[in-house]
Amino acid sequence: MRPKSYSIFGGHGSKSGVEHAAEVIFTVCGFFAVLAVASITLYMIISGTPALFKVGILDILFGTIWMPAAATPSFGILYVILTSIIGTALAILIGVPIGVMTAVFLAEVAPERLTKIVRPAVELLAGIPSVIYGLLGILILNPLMYKIELKIFAGSTTHQFTGGANLISAVLVLALMILPTVINISESALRAVPQHLRSASLALGATKIQTIFSAVLPAAKSGIITAIVLGTGRAIGEAMAISLVSGSSVNMPLPFHSVRFLTTAIVSEMSYSAGLHKQVLFTIGLVLFAFIMLINVTLNNLLKKGEESHDK
Amino acid sequence: MTNDIVIPVQKESAVTHSIYNRKNRISDSFLTFLIYLCASISIMVLIGIMGYVFVRGVPEISLEFLTTVPSTIKGTFGIVGNIVNTLYVIVITLLIATPLGVGAAIYLNEYAKGGKAVRIIEFTTETLAGIPSIIFGLFGYVFFGNTLGLGYSILTGALTLSIMVLPLITRTTQEALKTVPESYRSGALGIGATKWYMIRTILLPSAMPGIVTGIILAIGRIVGESAALLFTAGSGYLLPKDFFGKIFESGGTLTIQLYLCMQKAKYGQAFGIAVVLLVIVLAINGLAKFLSHKFNTEVKES
Repeated sequence: MRPKSYSIFGGHGSKSGVEHAAEVIFTVCGFFAVLAVASITLYMIISGTPALFKVGILDILFGTIWMPAAATPSFGILYVILTSIIGTALAILIGVPIGVMTAVFLAEVAPERLTKIVRPAVELLAGIPSVIYGLLGILILNPLMYKIELKIFAGSTTHQFTGGANLISAVLVLALMILPTVINISESALRAVPQHLRSASLALGATKIQTIFSAVLPAAKSGIITAIVLGTGRAIGEAMAISLVSGSSVNMPLPFHSVRFLTTAIVSEMSYSAGLHKQVLFTIGLVLFAFIMLINVTLNNLLKKGEESHDK
Repeated sequence: MTNDIVIPVQKESAVTHSIYNRKNRISDSFLTFLIYLCASISIMVLIGIMGYVFVRGVPEISLEFLTTVPSTIKGTFGIVGNIVNTLYVIVITLLIATPLGVGAAIYLNEYAKGGKAVRIIEFTTETLAGIPSIIFGLFGYVFFGNTLGLGYSILTGALTLSIMVLPLITRTTQEALKTVPESYRSGALGIGATKWYMIRTILLPSAMPGIVTGIILAIGRIVGESAALLFTAGSGYLLPKDFFGKIFESGGTLTIQLYLCMQKAKYGQAFGIAVVLLVIVLAINGLAKFLSHKFNTEVKES
């Protein structure tokens, strides 16, 4: 904590009105974030819960049939929830190793000159609008997946062909989109590892690679876990990039099925839904919000733990 | 205590190379290969994306594409309406979010006395940064669109986005305020300035480059945003008839138009918009980098 400075006019009851006004205004600004989060939470709950009770909590969360437009509509979103969980997990499985390895490259292996090219490139990757990822997914990944699909299911009579818009395509796009987050945060975690750990390991006779994998990476563990959690948050909340890439029918999340995520369900049906259907979409939003809050609280605890261990 | 011999280690003399540099281990070469492979995947992906978009998109760009609005009678397509909408959204969002974000940062850094309140504000700011844009979209649709009755309009979209970029501006401003030396504050207060006068004349000008960088990053975020705008700002593509009335009309930004083109499978037009977006993103990135670089060297020199 830095020492605080106080005005020599402070505390004498001589504060002018302007001073008071400034303090009050800044305080209000400070608490605006609290207000925003509180009202978002409130509104998500208000608009998400009615459908839960109208349809029945179990029917909606554990039902597997999604037919909102049928004569006797059915609103089971189990497959949608499962798709989001499995899709995010797979994206993390693909994206995190590549991201962490790239971070190792940037922080430990690469010569200065290469780092200067690679890091701006990673920053750019983070800045590309998500719709562009979606556009490329449709035009590059989907045709590729369709070819593979045609080969694998050549003789199958039961398989529904998707034209390549399937879970794998969506997972690949998501894995790509979490890369910048994972790379940036793991890299700063790796750079924060004190130099003497590396020196000690090298002096004991470990090779450079051994040092990286058995001394530096374990030391940067908490930072890398933070990167994974942030990546999870980014992957589960992504909507526009995968809304057209993943196909759009509600199915079991199997690799070659056309699937629907929590986010894409909202995007693709919001515009024409009405009544109970719309309320169910808000319930989907509420489920997504619950996941995000869970991730945020986990993240907050992780960061707190990191601070405590630094203080020791 | 003979054990407490302190060996003076200079930073330059720290061991940085393995004493076994000559020895080859298969696992080492394999892992090195893996590291290089992953790094090159990350780079190749970026080059691939940029290259593909530019190759497909640049031929689509023409004067007509950039300066007209879509017309079904003539059968032409143009994005000038969307560009204007994007500008509207950027300006209104920043007008709302910048004072709030900077104010919050000043409160956290200068006025707050620590304790629970600060922890709650910092937690909610983090939370706000972690909420995905689709949730902001839903909230904006319900709260600004329905409850406040603004419907699908540029104002609804801008209000929604200003909540979204608030944490970004707060955090960069906070970082900038932290780099202002404590002696500036003491000096100003010592010669009799009041706190607000000190903030206004000393702190804010010193922290200005950092604040501007934050604003530029926020512009980048706004330009690339789509999910939060789909249900709030709508998808209008016409040029505004009167300057202020447009705020209450629906207006789709470039990203929304790109999404709509994609849905209609008009990929050529989509790639044209993608090129425009990429150029904007590149420019913003360069500008932010230039500013932060300039700021850093200035600090070092002084």
